[in-house]
This record gives sequence, structure tokens and C-alpha cells, in this order.
Amino acid sequence: MAKYLLLKHYRGGPPRRPQGDIPMDQWAPQEVTDHIAFMDHVADTLRERGEFVDAQALSPSGTFVRYGGAGSPPVTDGPFVETKDLIAGWMAIDVDSVERAHEVAAFLSSAPGPGGVPLEEWIEVRPFLTSLPEVTG
Amino acid sequence: MTDLEALCKDLGPRVLGVLVRRGADFASAEDAVQEALLEAHLSWDAQPPDAPFAWLVTTAWRKHLDAVRSGAARRRREVADHLEPAPGPVTGADETLLLLFLACHPALSTSSAVALTLRAVGGLTTRQIARAHLVPEATMAQRISRAKRTIAREGLVEPGSLDSVLRVLYLIYNEGHTGEVDLAEEAIRLTRQLAAASSEPEVSGLLALMLLHHARRSARWGPSGELVPLDEQDRSRWDTALVAEGVQILQDALARDRLGEFQAQAAIAALHADARSTAETDWTQVLEWYDELLRLHPSPVVALNRAVALGEVDGPLAGLRAVAEVPESVPRHAAVRAHLHERAGDLGEAQRLYAVASRAAASAAERDHLTRLAARLHARLRQP
Repeated sequence: MAKYLLLKHYRGGPPRRPQGDIPMDQWAPQEVTDHIAFMDHVADTLRERGEFVDAQALSPSGTFVRYGGAGSPPVTDGPFVETKDLIAGWMAIDVDSVERAHEVAAFLSSAPGPGGVPLEEWIEVRPFLTSLPEVTG
Repeated sequence: MTDLEALCKDLGPRVLGVLVRRGADFASAEDAVQEALLEAHLSWDAQPPDAPFAWLVTTAWRKHLDAVRSGAARRRREVADHLEPAPGPVTGADETLLLLFLACHPALSTSSAVALTLRAVGGLTTRQIARAHLVPEATMAQRISRAKRTIAREGLVEPGSLDSVLRVLYLIYNEGHTGEVDLAEEAIRLTRQLAAASSEPEVSGLLALMLLHHARRSARWGPSGELVPLDEQDRSRWDTALVAEGVQILQDALARDRLGEFQAQAAIAALHADARSTAETDWTQVLEWYDELLRLHPSPVVALNRAVALGEVDGPLAGLRAVAEVPESVPRHAAVRAHLHERAGDLGEAQRLYAVASRAAASAAERDHLTRLAARLHARLRQP
């Protein structure tokens, strides 16, 4: 088994499909409900299959912080309205193969958007680095 | 939960309280109680003794003395002097309160106080508390043991303030239900214990507030887990028994004539609970209570909520003027403005602000709800 992080972006990544450009607050209310229900369905399916690790949504605005030197408070910057890349949330899964991880990402990406059409959002799939196996030979 | 487990959950913290009251330090007292509970599981079988509490106190105290003596022998230290049990009957009630006040001591950070209260006073396992907070069990174990060390290091033997106890209990209530354990129910149980032993009207005020909110809980969530706001809730699903109890407790508290923040909040909750719809709510009284609350505890959050009530009494434009006085950084600021603009008939501005509010939401349920409100107005605006 290997763990993968599936990242959903508000912005960034390859060009979006046209249906992904309409903000959710401009969908029909039922479309919003259907989309959320689908996301819950994906998580439930993964739980049933024993592949689910974690899922979290992130607030769109955050702050950049760095060390400010001894005795000084942290230095902060932002929040930035127009960052190139913005992560909306993630799902962590534990699956048998990279193929299965891609399958799950595609499943997430098939979430319905306006008109019930699959949104086809890009999902970034990042393998977790593993710990060194006891037996390497 | 089996009867035995339920009994142990109830009795464990009271036994711990007795040991602490008798002078045992927090950490070793807890070890002793755990050992006693384990022995109870092994030896009580299906039938607990006639006086399980006394049995547990005796056993835990013996375990504690054993541990202290073996430790003392190792360290060649004489400790027997202060280990004699205090005379008098053993009830556990006062001791539980002492524990509660220690666990909520202002010297502890809030998250430590919450964890320690659930562990030591609520009798929950570390695993249950960890799950309820969605953190690893080892993290929660560490948080609890650091809290105990703080108590030991600071030599805390005197209870902290009632104010901090109430705040911790209210926080626990608001953590609600995420794991197998219902923290809201747990907070109510602990507040009931405190209220039974205290004549402070604010304790009753907090209990009333929790009960009145709890009465509405099942109506707060829709069939697929979505948030249902107060004005759209199916009020026939409110728990009328809890409402009646909350109102009664509140009235008794108010009659003691020492008003406080929790009583005022409970009074507002009672006015909502008393109305068959938003339209039939006595908003004038709600507004008066918000004025009272602002006097008792001035805060921008209260000022924002007051603006909603003012919007109902004097109209949405008056509400918007009041919101303009509240700093924009206050949570739900955009959501309240959106609501007032919608009531004022400015749907375009309301739609825009609901979308802004959804991006500022602190929870996924609130974000989804605000997104739906924006979507609903967007659909209405597009209709010819």
C-alpha cells in the first residue's frame, strides 16, 4: 500500500475546462447540492474500500510567515489576492498502486458542475515519501 | 456502553476527586484510579458490589498508597504523614467540583483545560478525546500529560475561577459532535453536575443556554448534512421538553437577580425557542437583551448579532447602519450584510456579499450554506 495526496486547486495547474470557470456561487442551487453530495459520496466510497486516510478543505486566504530573527516576532506577508497557485483542499488515500491513485483522482474530478456536467477539474496526485523498508534486497 | 462501563465512567472522576482532595497528586491519583477501575472490571463480573463508589475509593486509595510507598522506599522519603484520609463521609460530589476547577484553571491553556476536563472530570478515554478533536491519540495523551505537569509544577491546589470553568464548558459544548463521543452532551452533563452543586445564576444561565440550543440541534441539519438556518428550521422538530427545562432553569436564574452574560444569551435563545416562526419572534425583546449583553460584555461579535435584531425591529437599513459600526474583521460580517441587503431588496449586492462571505467562512458547512444562498439569489436575478 502507498499513500497519495490528492490536491484540489482553486487556481494553478494546466488550463481549466470551460465548465470549471463558472464560480460555484453562480450555479443553480441544486447543482451546488449535487456537487457537495458527490464529494461526500467519494469519501464514503473510499472509506468503505479501506482506502480513506483524511480529507480537509482549506480557507482560500492565508498568510506567508517567516522567521524574523532572534527576539523578533515572525515576519508576515500577504494575504495575496492573486497568487498563481491556490490549494482548495486535499484528500489523502492509502491504495495499492499509482494506477488506483489516478483512478481515485479521476473519480473526484468527475464531480458534477453546472448542468450536471462533470467538472473535469485537475487533481494533483503527489506520492508521500515512504519510510525505508526493513528488508531491501 | 455496558452498564459496568457506564458506571465506571460516572464513578471514575468522582473517585479521582476524592484522592486529589485527600492530597494525592493529580497524575499518580489518576494512575491509581485506572488500576482500581481495571480491578473492578476483573473482579466485579456481572454484579458490582452494593456500594461500588466506596469500593472504588478504597481500592484506588490502596493502589495509590502502594505506589507511593514503593516509590518512597526507592527514594527513601517519608511521605506517610499527609496520607491519612480526611475524616467525614465520602460523597465524591465536592471532590468532582474541585477537579473541575483544577482542570479549568486559568494557568492552563484553553486546549489543555478542555482536554484535561474531558479526561479527569468527564471520565472519557484519551482515545475518545483524541477522536473527537481529530488529532492523533499520542498528541492528545501528550497534551493531557503536559496539563497535569503544569498543575503539579505550579502547585495548583486552590480552584481557579468560576468564570474560566464556564468558558471551558461552553467551548466543549460548541465542539459538538465529530467522533464517537458527543462532546455537546458531555458538556451538558458536566454543567448539570456543576449546577446541582452551585447557586451561581451564571451556571444556571450556561446550562439553560446549552439546553435551549440543544433542543434545536436535530433541526439544524438537513437530510444530507447541510446547515439549516434558524429561520428555515422545521420548528416541530425542536425538543419541547428540553426547551421547557431550559426556560425553567433560566427563569429560576433570572429570579436571583444577578444578571450575567450567559443568562442574557440564554434569554435570547429562549425568545427564539418560544416563537413559532421568525416573523412571530419577539424581536423587540431580543434587541433589548442584546443591548443588555453589550452592556455586560461589550464585544464586536455581540454588536454584529445585535445589528441583525435591529434589522428585524427597525428595518434592514437600520441594521446595515449598525453593521457599518462593526469592524469588518469580525467573523460573519459579510454574511450579516448580505442578509440585510437581501431583506432590503438589493439582491445583486446580497448575492455578491454571500459569495464573499462563503470565502471567509470558518467551517465547510457554513461555506456550503453561504454558497447555496449566493447561488439561490443568482438564479433569482437571472429570471426575466
